[in-house]
Amino acid sequence: MKRSNAPIFWVLFGAGGMLSALIGAALVFITGIAVPTGTLLPKRLFEYERALAFAQHWVGKGILLVIITLFLWHAAHRLYHALHDLGVHAGTLSRLACYGTALAGTIAAAVALFSVGF
Amino acid sequence: MSAKGTGMRRPYRRPMDGWWRKNPYFVEYMIHEATALFVALYALILLAGVVCLAQGRAAWDGWVGWITSPLSILLHVVILIAFAYHAWSWFHIMPRTLPPMHAGGKRVAGATITRAGLVAAVASSALVLLIAWGVAR
Amino acid sequence: MSGGMKTIEIEVLRYIPEDEEQPYHQTFVVPYTDDMSVLQGLQHIKDEIDGTLSYRWSCRMAICGSCGMMINGVPKLACSTFLRDYPGKVRVEALNHFPIERDLVIEMDDFVDKLERIKPYIIEKAPKPLSEGEHLQTPAQVEAYEQFSACINCLLCYAACPQYGLNPKFLGPAATALLHRYNMDSRDQGSAERMPHAHDEDGVFNCTAVGYCSEVCPKKVDPANAVNINKSESAKDYFLRFIAPRGAPKGAAE
Repeated sequence: MKRSNAPIFWVLFGAGGMLSALIGAALVFITGIAVPTGTLLPKRLFEYERALAFAQHWVGKGILLVIITLFLWHAAHRLYHALHDLGVHAGTLSRLACYGTALAGTIAAAVALFSVGF
Repeated sequence: MSAKGTGMRRPYRRPMDGWWRKNPYFVEYMIHEATALFVALYALILLAGVVCLAQGRAAWDGWVGWITSPLSILLHVVILIAFAYHAWSWFHIMPRTLPPMHAGGKRVAGATITRAGLVAAVASSALVLLIAWGVAR
Repeated sequence: MSGGMKTIEIEVLRYIPEDEEQPYHQTFVVPYTDDMSVLQGLQHIKDEIDGTLSYRWSCRMAICGSCGMMINGVPKLACSTFLRDYPGKVRVEALNHFPIERDLVIEMDDFVDKLERIKPYIIEKAPKPLSEGEHLQTPAQVEAYEQFSACINCLLCYAACPQYGLNPKFLGPAATALLHRYNMDSRDQGSAERMPHAHDEDGVFNCTAVGYCSEVCPKKVDPANAVNINKSESAKDYFLRFIAPRGAPKGAAE
């Protein structure tokens, strides 16, 4: 019998799923509809200076990193299994495509949030 | 007890092709699994924003230009619907994933857990919107 | 036979391995009354029309678990499913995800192996001497495992589970429910011996929370619950096993 390493990805899937279920829709509304159209929230929230200040603050960094990474790992796990459900059992290739993307995104987010400064 | 040696046996294995299309329960399952595509898409949009921000004002303005475009806004309406359906289906399944809970000597019903989750989602969303509004002032 | 009786077409997926390469559909016209079950419809076919039709059955009252079949594509017990609910025509096939032995009879060796594998009996660290008397359990202690002990091994949940269909090595709903039943029994101290089956690559993490197993279960066992609770238990053990080696976790909080 071989012990599964699924718990790592399952916990990330669960955390991302819970976070997106609780506040995902609100976030999509804010960044994708409200601010861009100036509905309920002002367009100036997307001004460079404000966005930079947010990303430079440790709270802003934390929020952005948590949202981006948990959403990516949630999706990676679910889509890996969905591929399996659809009959795509490419094993290592599927894993690389799904979890690899999440890892690449995590690293890219961390690097970007570091390089905006403090 | 096994008759495996008789030679007349030829168990037939049916293929799994198109299994999910044959039952509405499975069609719904595939739909709620597919919401993950939109969760990933939104995360990548945010990631693009953060990367552009790190590259300076010009890149950031490019991202803002895209996200304020009618195409992006329409896309986000679709993404919003997907997230809403994800939330609904997530809390619908949640009772199955929790150990039996008791309150006041009685077993807590699955529907109660689902309702509690949806209430928590509405409350958290309201809080997030409130914080965004407060920050904007 | 009453001349005015209504009839139904029962389309059965036949498979005679010594005669045919492939399964094929055969339709029988069966007179029926509103109180007749699908099982009784099959009995009529075998008694009056075609004696070669093969199927499993026994109690006729949803307790033996023998008569599980796909009825219009849904896993059901034939004895508790009624012809009146399928006006005109009903399609009956062998339970999904199992090799068809013959007609409506499936090969269930895999499930029996799994049942044996998870040690479905009370395991004690040290035998309890007779002088100590019997085990006592409070109603709450019984409630902790009672639901999962109701399984009649009918296999509807395996027919419902697409993950079992895609990976026949997956432990599956009923075996995991039984594993959980014993882990949750206060008389048992054998969790540590059973959990490796849950932790395994073909264990609980094959489940993607489809939930159809619990939908079709005739005894309200809720195997989906058993499997998913054990995902949490397995994950807890995975992360804490080096920090705090566990013996036999009693599991869920009240």
